[in-house]
Amino acid sequence: MGIRFILMVNKQGQTRLAQYYEWLTLEERRALEGEIVRKCLARNDQQCSFVEHRNYKIVYRRYASLFFLVGVDNDENELAILEFIHLLVETMDRHFGNVCELDIMFHLEKAHFMLEEMVMNGCIVETSKCNILSPIQLMDKTS
Amino acid sequence: MASPSLMDSLFQRSLDDIIKGLRHQQSTESTFISKVIEEIRREIKTTDLQTKSTALQKLTYLNSIHSIDMSWASFHAIECISSPAFAHKKIGYLAISQSFNESTPVILLISNQLRKDLNSGNEFEVNLALDCLSRIGTVDLCRDLTSEVFTLMSTSKVFVRKKAVGVVFRLFEKYPDAVRVCFKRLVESLESSDSQILSAVVGVFCELASKDPRSYLPLAPEFYRILVGSRNNWVLIKVLKIFANLAPLEPRLAKRVVEPICDHLRKTGAKSMVFECIRTVATSFTEYESAVKLAAVKIREFLLEDDPNLKYLGLHGLSIMAPKHLWAVLENKDIVIQSLSDEDPNIKLESLCLLMAMVSESNVVEICRVLVNYALKSDLEFCNEILGSILSTCCQNVYEIITDFDWYVSLLGEMSRIPHCQKGEEIENQLIDIGMRVKDVRPELVRVGHHLLIDPALLGNPYLHRMLSAAAWVCGEYVEFSGNPVELLEALLQPRTSLLPSSIRTVYMQSAFKVLFFCVCTYIEQKEDMTLEVSDLTSKGECSESSDLASAKAPVECDQDEGFNPRNSSQSYEDPSVVNGGPGHVSTSAFMEEKSFTRESIVKLVNLMELSMCPLSGSYDVEIQERARNALGFIELVKQDILSRLLRKEANSESEDVCASKIVEWLHDAFYEELGPVSITAQERVLIPDELVLKQNLADLEAICGNVELTSSCSFSLRSPYYGESAGVSFSNHQVEEDSEPSTEATSLLTEHRRRHELYYLPSEKNETITTANDYAPATITIANDYPPANYLSSGINTNDDSQDLVTLTNQSLLPKRKPNYAKPRPVVVKLDEGDAAPVTAKKPEVKDDLLSGAIRDILNEAKSASSQSNPSDKSSIKKKGKEKLNVDLSDSKEDLAVREQPNPENPSSRRSKHRGHGKEKSKKSQEKKDGAGREDGGEKGKQKSRNRNGKHKTRQRADAPSNVAAQTPAIPDFLL
Repeated sequence: MGIRFILMVNKQGQTRLAQYYEWLTLEERRALEGEIVRKCLARNDQQCSFVEHRNYKIVYRRYASLFFLVGVDNDENELAILEFIHLLVETMDRHFGNVCELDIMFHLEKAHFMLEEMVMNGCIVETSKCNILSPIQLMDKTS
Repeated sequence: MASPSLMDSLFQRSLDDIIKGLRHQQSTESTFISKVIEEIRREIKTTDLQTKSTALQKLTYLNSIHSIDMSWASFHAIECISSPAFAHKKIGYLAISQSFNESTPVILLISNQLRKDLNSGNEFEVNLALDCLSRIGTVDLCRDLTSEVFTLMSTSKVFVRKKAVGVVFRLFEKYPDAVRVCFKRLVESLESSDSQILSAVVGVFCELASKDPRSYLPLAPEFYRILVGSRNNWVLIKVLKIFANLAPLEPRLAKRVVEPICDHLRKTGAKSMVFECIRTVATSFTEYESAVKLAAVKIREFLLEDDPNLKYLGLHGLSIMAPKHLWAVLENKDIVIQSLSDEDPNIKLESLCLLMAMVSESNVVEICRVLVNYALKSDLEFCNEILGSILSTCCQNVYEIITDFDWYVSLLGEMSRIPHCQKGEEIENQLIDIGMRVKDVRPELVRVGHHLLIDPALLGNPYLHRMLSAAAWVCGEYVEFSGNPVELLEALLQPRTSLLPSSIRTVYMQSAFKVLFFCVCTYIEQKEDMTLEVSDLTSKGECSESSDLASAKAPVECDQDEGFNPRNSSQSYEDPSVVNGGPGHVSTSAFMEEKSFTRESIVKLVNLMELSMCPLSGSYDVEIQERARNALGFIELVKQDILSRLLRKEANSESEDVCASKIVEWLHDAFYEELGPVSITAQERVLIPDELVLKQNLADLEAICGNVELTSSCSFSLRSPYYGESAGVSFSNHQVEEDSEPSTEATSLLTEHRRRHELYYLPSEKNETITTANDYAPATITIANDYPPANYLSSGINTNDDSQDLVTLTNQSLLPKRKPNYAKPRPVVVKLDEGDAAPVTAKKPEVKDDLLSGAIRDILNEAKSASSQSNPSDKSSIKKKGKEKLNVDLSDSKEDLAVREQPNPENPSSRRSKHRGHGKEKSKKSQEKKDGAGREDGGEKGKQKSRNRNGKHKTRQRADAPSNVAAQTPAIPDFLL
């Protein structure tokens, strides 16, 4: 299924966004998030952005105080996922204007909508910032 | 609880309030949340949808960020999506896609609402419903909504259409019959000029093809067009993944595709694309030398980058290549070795894997030496990674790459002494395994074991206890090779052994017992020898039959009363040549030392043993207690005898001696049996005893589960190839004997029953009764004694400690030499024919989405059969066969077509067009498409495909004998080839 989950976590390890593409119970989610945060946040800049965890890979990238972590299947292209993370951040940047942790906290729903435009069934379906944002902007206008 | 009042709705806290509250109340987060949840529970019950949706929104937030349960609110979420207001719907759908799963009881209630929203004129509502379906679609939902999705797949709004295409994957996964409805439109979408649609549909096919590639071979031309035509890297990466799955199935396709992939590899600037090409080539195009070379060049570029990501991926790419193209790894060995000291543990791990992939017979010594030295300096985790990979690499295929077992055994000992070592269990297994399999290495094994046992520090590390138990066992079992049994006994009985868990302590005790017994045994033999042969020899126990070496050494031993003081022992450790003086001398020198037991030393030993066993005989652990009592019993029997001898000095006391030596003889017989490795399948070879009547029981069984018979045939076929392998020389004839035996009525009944219930029987091939493991082990030891014992090759090993060593591993050591000439032959390693590896059942991976691929094949077949509409019965027959293997099916229908359509004048032209190239093919097809529409069109396409195949088929038929038809593999149409 490609992407299994997308997490955004701040420096303190608090989850700011969690999107799962396979069903996990709350306990499983909590355990997973804890393990991943422990594993990835301890790494430094000189280390690579890929971590093997259980039977899949985590590709992560840090933007200021926020970590973007994507869990993917083993045959997924790591560099493409890094690109995807960057695209996501750019898209948010364009929408919120210099996006920060608070934007995501207070507009979690919008962040979810962006993700829904970009990813379906764990597949990346849309990679154009305009196409991702146009429905959201339209919705903003109408409501 | 009071019903929500107006005040509640008026002064309801918004989500923003909650978030702010959470931010400012870090310390009492949980109490704050539970208060909010209480509020939500109250608010959500209101009839006012605004209040309700806000409550739901808050709950959804808490659920996703703070993992608060929201399953209780599922019905309220459904209420929200049925609201006419889009804002409420939005909240409701988010809540549903986040919290619903297959087991949510109310999930079926949303079916109608979803249908309504899918048909809505508001594209955003449609969008929400599609997103929701893609996240939570169950079998029922997918079945109910397939037709709506199908309609949406052809809507004019690209924004909705791409989502509909995306949802199709979920539909197919959950409800394979959806394939019949949607597949054609999905395939058509591949030709869409819109990049959004294309990106979505390629994504769907990428997922589908990864599950069951064979079904999508017929679509290869479409993918090929995208591969050469698309400029979008996201799409290209997906297409590459599809081809990575398809190419191994069809060599002709691989041949055609490899060039465009290399083109991309050369031209593209995007690293992600480069890496995908590398991976595709390394996994699926390994036999195209030029492509692999190109990929290796690109990997090297990655490795030379400073970016840790690229470096990691470069190493990863190498490890994909390693199994088939080791040269690529060897070319980059300098970088691989450097990476071993990288600061990123992931990179270190990758390079360790690669390093182990490079290990061969010729360089194993050097690489292991360097790695062990490196492990000494590594942190705990990586140290154990290194040790683990050395252990697993070296024991592959029954120690295939090890030629010098003495070296390997001492390496194992060295590994145990690394402070971080936690691999006690693996070392334990290998020590015992090697002891049993390799006769020649036993002296060294005992030496290493002895060395480990006398080190009191090791007893303090619980990770090493298992290893120590192996060392104790080895020393006890092969004590005859020990240079110093007395010290060994002292080591086994040292007070710190109380740190061991009782299960291992018992091994120690048993070994101590064996050692003591060995000493006593030797003493008595020596006594007899003396009285019989050389009565004038002094009581010091010097032996007349000792060789040159022994006699030279004997005085050293004999002028000390004890015979075994620390000096002596340290000498033997320092200089292994004393113990293994060379081929042939081992047993002599050991024997010589054994001979030097004096009465005093024996009595001392017996007393020592008695002293340490006495307290243990009262242990609460039954195992320990039993062993202690055994030992004490033995001591009791022997002691008196020895003591009395001591008292009477050289006096004639034959009568008492007889008693002791009798006991010793008996016990000697008990211990004499040599243990061999036991095959995993040994159990299967046990003969069923004649008096064991299995028939009656099984008859009952049959009555109980009358028709569960079907499993038997399956299990038989699974095991049968295995029989062939294991029925070795020694066993094969037994089968014949058994079968040819005249069968009485009872046996015939039995065999009849056996045939029907194979499952419940042990395989009958192995009629050899296995009484002891020993019985069949020697069968595979061929000429063990003809080989001189292995030497410890002390020269030529680079013992330099410096970690820079890693880098200085020379070309020589890493390049696999072609079987260098060994100074000595590799010792015999006992291998059991089949039992060494766990029996791998030849079970194919279960095809999980059998239904789905079946359905897709159906569709593709239908398309084909549409071309033969003149014969309706034919169509139905093909349909029926739909779930069978595709190629069988194809060849059938093709044959039909070949007969029927032979006179078709279009054949030659279509055949020619396909050879001229793909572009033409494409235009032709789209032309045809314009003529027909919908299903008709699919039919046309299918027809064309089958015509093409038909043409090809005919040419083959002309060339080959007609009987060959079935043997061909016609799974792919020849558009491309």
